[in-house]
Amino acid sequence: MSIQTPAVKTSANGRKKGLLDFGIRLSAVILAFVFTSLILLLVKADPLEAYKTLVTGAFSTTSKITSVAASWVPLVIATSGLLFTFTAGLWNIGMEGQIVLGSVFAVGAFRLLDNTAMDPTLVIIIAFIAGALGGILWALLPGLMKVYGGVNEIFGGLGLNFVAKTIAIWLIFGPWKRPGVASSSGTEWIDIKYRLVNMPGTNLSLVILIIAVIVAILTAILLKGTHFGLKLKAIGKNYKAAYLLGIPTTRYFLMAFGMCGLFAGITGAILVTSKQYSLIPDAGFGYGFLGLLVAMLVNYHPIWSSIVAIFFAALTIGNTQLQYMGLSTYFAGVLQGILVLFVVLVDGLRKRLVRRM
Amino acid sequence: MKITLQHIDKSFGKVHANDDINLTIPSGTIQGILGENGAGKSTLMKILTGYYQADSGEILLDDMKVKITSPEDAVVRGIGMLHQDPLDFPPMKVIDNFLLGTKGGLFPNRKQVENEILRLSNEFDFQINPDAFVETMTVGERQQLEILRLLWLGVKVLILDEPTTGISANQKDKLFATLVKLASQGLTVIFVSHKLEEVEQLCNRVAVFRQGKLVGEVDPPYRTDQFVYLMFGKNVEVGEKASFCTDDTYIKLKNIGLEDYRLRLKDINLEIKSGEIIGLAGMEGSGQRLFLRMLAGLMRPVSGNIYIDGVDFTGKNYHVFQNSGVAYLPASRLEEGLIPGMTLTEHFILSEKHRELFVDQRSAMDLTEERIKTFNIKGTPVSQVEQLSGGNQQRALLALLRKRLRLILMEHPTRGLDIESAIWIWSKMKERCKDCASIVFTSSDLDEILQYSDRILVFFGGLVSPPINAKSTTVDELGQLIGGKGW
Repeated sequence: MSIQTPAVKTSANGRKKGLLDFGIRLSAVILAFVFTSLILLLVKADPLEAYKTLVTGAFSTTSKITSVAASWVPLVIATSGLLFTFTAGLWNIGMEGQIVLGSVFAVGAFRLLDNTAMDPTLVIIIAFIAGALGGILWALLPGLMKVYGGVNEIFGGLGLNFVAKTIAIWLIFGPWKRPGVASSSGTEWIDIKYRLVNMPGTNLSLVILIIAVIVAILTAILLKGTHFGLKLKAIGKNYKAAYLLGIPTTRYFLMAFGMCGLFAGITGAILVTSKQYSLIPDAGFGYGFLGLLVAMLVNYHPIWSSIVAIFFAALTIGNTQLQYMGLSTYFAGVLQGILVLFVVLVDGLRKRLVRRM
Repeated sequence: MKITLQHIDKSFGKVHANDDINLTIPSGTIQGILGENGAGKSTLMKILTGYYQADSGEILLDDMKVKITSPEDAVVRGIGMLHQDPLDFPPMKVIDNFLLGTKGGLFPNRKQVENEILRLSNEFDFQINPDAFVETMTVGERQQLEILRLLWLGVKVLILDEPTTGISANQKDKLFATLVKLASQGLTVIFVSHKLEEVEQLCNRVAVFRQGKLVGEVDPPYRTDQFVYLMFGKNVEVGEKASFCTDDTYIKLKNIGLEDYRLRLKDINLEIKSGEIIGLAGMEGSGQRLFLRMLAGLMRPVSGNIYIDGVDFTGKNYHVFQNSGVAYLPASRLEEGLIPGMTLTEHFILSEKHRELFVDQRSAMDLTEERIKTFNIKGTPVSQVEQLSGGNQQRALLALLRKRLRLILMEHPTRGLDIESAIWIWSKMKERCKDCASIVFTSSDLDEILQYSDRILVFFGGLVSPPINAKSTTVDELGQLIGGKGW
């Protein structure tokens, strides 16, 4: 239905609307916490105690804070990638698989170049490039399937997630199995010289933190300040009109997938070089799916997504402490899911309300 | 049903869209609501159908005070509205569109509904196939479908918002006959239009709106100059007919064949001169759209060749056509032309070619300000396009045209616009012709085609007439051809 509101609108009015939107989003978050508290009460846990444990579990010591940062890095990079596809109106559900392929390619590069005389730093760089290529490849697949085969990217991505995981498992139990016995705990670890060095006394490598910050800033600039970003937005909102305005929609769809795959691949390489040091069956650690939640929660806004990603990372880290309260470590997932549901729900209600007014 | 509106008032921010409107419409009447774009007609109708709530004032149905809370509520109370853009579900079948609006049980009686569609369709001499997919139907047919659906739901008041835009002359006659018949059966018909001629022809009484106010109620016999004066507060004249047609051939079509799933056009040969305006006449869906889209490179001909400036462009895509100076303005503004959710400024940035990486917000803003002024768009650079009224959306589309175009293809360029805007838009287009641009356009308004074209092509049942000189033909002659006589 077309809604006609008056054309004349002042910027003060716009600011007021922005403030209202923020208030509505905030109330959704509060509602989500209330709802989560009810669930906690239902399992006979003290909600305040649980939230307190979450916060102290994430921020009480320097080591915990750096753990949060280390968890923030892959999340914010994955989310940044998804912002490109979301802006172009695409649901890249295949993000998780793209991260897995990034890990596969990165581990592959290390295995290939191990025992060569090459400088370890150079090998790491090559592994990152390989990871990026893997991610791009796996992202372009649903893109090409959509553009040329008419396959919805959600189905394509969903299918390719399974294929990616299968490839990882096949490698772990087949060609890349550990000497002696293959194990679901993963392939052999990469040599210590290829692992990124953590800052003293922390779990965080400075390199990946810098990469994440650069990626987040680059994403915000590309999406908000450039013709590329504006064209993606146009395609996302009305690709027919965008095409008639002269935007080569097919190319831009593929570019959005490419950007997303690039960041997915980098995420995969980071997970290999700074977290797992090997290829495991669950190589994406769920960061692709978590990234989808973050992006939806902030309505695909680049700067806000970096901030909310901190919160999500903190939940993931603080969560580990909850088991001492007798709560499952799945609790963070419950809270994250409920948050997104409430924000999306309240946003729907807001749109109804606006239409009434 | 008798409708009484008392002291209806509605503002959007600073815009006073309805200012103390008082109007009584007895049942069995065809009430005309006349006014230019933005006069407040649509707002009033949206209040009456529960789409908006009035800031103050009362609505009485059969002298009973009511509060209409939503469009669904309005239908339940017997008020149905036919919107400018049909609100149907294009990817679904006709019959499913009917079933959607019903409360019927889990398993609707398809056979019965199908029969009712056919019965209603026959009663009004429409040709609606219950199994057709809505997306394959023309605007005119979709409108007929919506009327049938509302009648089938049992409405007693039928509101039509600019219903004749985008439908053929034949469909219009059918529509008018239908409305007269419905009124004689006791239905109240509210006919919203800016077209004097239609209102004069059809309505029992007319209320004229200007700038949010009801400025006059007129009973027959009508005097056109009186309407014009009420609508604009002054008298308006149609511009003089001028041609900028040259002798240079710009486009050459050789044995073009076009085909879609239900239509086949064969052996079209035509030369379009620089500065020439060609009007495409015919019933909606007779191939005019195929023809336009072929000229834009959006549709590949199944045979024949297109030459632009002597170069063979056959099989090239739209963007190649576009880069050589071709522009295409679709009829459905918010579906194909503009991008809802984006501002005017963003549209202007997108429409221009840019080599640099970053968007220059400042200069984009300036450009937009300037175009808004030149094209008299009622909006600001940060207005989102869906907030503009239909007429202003059309102006925005025209304002988005690049400079130095050689061929402009337009579907219904003045659909839904008031006379003054239409005249103004054509004066802008004529300037383009002076600059050597050729124009090909479709319209369901024969007067418009005759007034502005140099030559006319008539489309009928898969046939395309040889070009007809606009100076030596008449509305009657064209009407005959459109209706299939004299081929």
